[in-house]
Amino acid sequence: MAETTRRRPAVEGWFHMPEAGSGDQPALIGTRCTESGTYFFPPERVMSRAPGHADSALQEVQLSTRGKLWSYTDAQYQPPPPYVPVTEPHEPFCIAAVELEDEKMVVMGQVPAGVTVDQLTLGMEMELVLDTLFVETDEESGRNTEVVTWKWAPVGLKGSN
Amino acid sequence: MMEQVAVLGVGMHPWGKWGRNFVEYGVAAARDALNDAGIDWNDVGFVAGADTMRNGYPGYVAGATFAQALGWTGIPVTSAYGACASGAMALEAARQRILSGMCDVALVVGADTTPKGFLKPNSGERKDDPDWLRFHVLGASNPTYFAMYARRRMDLYGATQDDFAAVKIKNARHGLNNPNARYRKEVTAADVEKSPLVASPLRLLDICATSDGGAAIVLTSMDYARKHLRGDPSVRVAAISTVTPTFPNTIIEMPEFATDSAAGIPAPDRTFKQAIGDAAYEQAGIGPEDVGVAEVYDLSTALELDWYEDLGFCGPGEAEKLLRDDVTTLGGRLPVNPSGGLACFGEAVPAQAIAQVCEIAWQLQGRAEGRQALDDAGEPPKVGITANQGLFGHGSSVLLTR
Repeated sequence: MAETTRRRPAVEGWFHMPEAGSGDQPALIGTRCTESGTYFFPPERVMSRAPGHADSALQEVQLSTRGKLWSYTDAQYQPPPPYVPVTEPHEPFCIAAVELEDEKMVVMGQVPAGVTVDQLTLGMEMELVLDTLFVETDEESGRNTEVVTWKWAPVGLKGSN
Repeated sequence: MMEQVAVLGVGMHPWGKWGRNFVEYGVAAARDALNDAGIDWNDVGFVAGADTMRNGYPGYVAGATFAQALGWTGIPVTSAYGACASGAMALEAARQRILSGMCDVALVVGADTTPKGFLKPNSGERKDDPDWLRFHVLGASNPTYFAMYARRRMDLYGATQDDFAAVKIKNARHGLNNPNARYRKEVTAADVEKSPLVASPLRLLDICATSDGGAAIVLTSMDYARKHLRGDPSVRVAAISTVTPTFPNTIIEMPEFATDSAAGIPAPDRTFKQAIGDAAYEQAGIGPEDVGVAEVYDLSTALELDWYEDLGFCGPGEAEKLLRDDVTTLGGRLPVNPSGGLACFGEAVPAQAIAQVCEIAWQLQGRAEGRQALDDAGEPPKVGITANQGLFGHGSSVLLTR
């Protein structure tokens, strides 16, 4: 029997994770305060944080999948737990903060491995992609699960790694 | 303008990596402050502790812990937690107690013991805690956020890594003769450049260390101070600002994944960090042009530059010029972090906001030996301000006058 790769989202309910091969596109899931029109990410589920709109309905929405790079940096040192190391020794990875035009908000995310800060510039177009955050192994069965998260990839560089 | 309270005494336990219980540092600082004020512990009518989260129950109830260590006297107590703004919150509780007439003398204490390495979240799996999640999902440590602000300064205002290094060099020089500073050593541009990159563009020497330390302040009503001193107190608290941001907060703040959205409700005129300083100035009826000395949170070198602008010392994008012109260096018009700042102290979270106020008090009293700020007439400054930041976009500022 062919082994199917198990995948699970790093956080439940924060992003849409299409089945492989479905042609469906990934997106961050936010909520929108229907009275004020403001967006929330991570999605607010309890009440709108927009002052004066506590009783407004919250509508689940998919956020824009493209935006402009607001700022960026990298993690030259391996972050402490609960970060799960992916390489031994640690390979620096980039972290981006991306400004979404429609939502008028900045959302952070890792940048796929292989991209260095030298390839990033403020204002450049970034695109949401799904990527492996780390792989976890079940101690009893030995089976691997790919833990998936969203990342921001420079549009021009997508697929180059 | 708010009524004022007097700073009658200040005290510290030197910063370092001492590896002892935080209570020891707090008690040492408290006794130092009480001695400085010439007040017996039995005459204190209220004690406020700034909490440390790494020390279990005693740290969570710091006020009672210090009161027990100093000897129970039956006085009311409170504890405050606001991350790096904890000390200012404890100070504010003490001030309110005095201004409401419920006591004449209050003692504020903060102390911490920190483990080696970067600050990190508590252990355990907490998937609904943004502080836990940012490490787990983003690998975003505190320097990640500092680095993103630094990168913005470079891109928007032409700041360079040399400018950031210059902040470190300045603060290291300021702290050389400060007996309470942990690091008392000159730093050169080459030292900064040689230090490893932590979060581009910030290097190890751009980022403050974690430390053990303690600080304490005795606050009193003006009437009590006049009687006790048989004259006017030299230093007063003119304002304490502990404001929250106004929605939408559009600058990404630790430990958040995203900013608020400005799509439905437009962003306020001022960022939250500008609002912190503005609230302090408004309360005191004093403007940034009156300030002669400042202690600001240099968690990173680049962040110190942000504060010059947020506190109104200069316009946006002008901080590098202020630095390069030596305005903020001892000997300049507005020395910033004459104590040596976090660059020389490192962070002892609940003590730090209190320590900033201690330094400003010493500066205003002309007691900052070896690091004294002086105005054009060769006198100690009349007005000093502090600024720090907590989490999620809140922070605090304290204005002292003499």
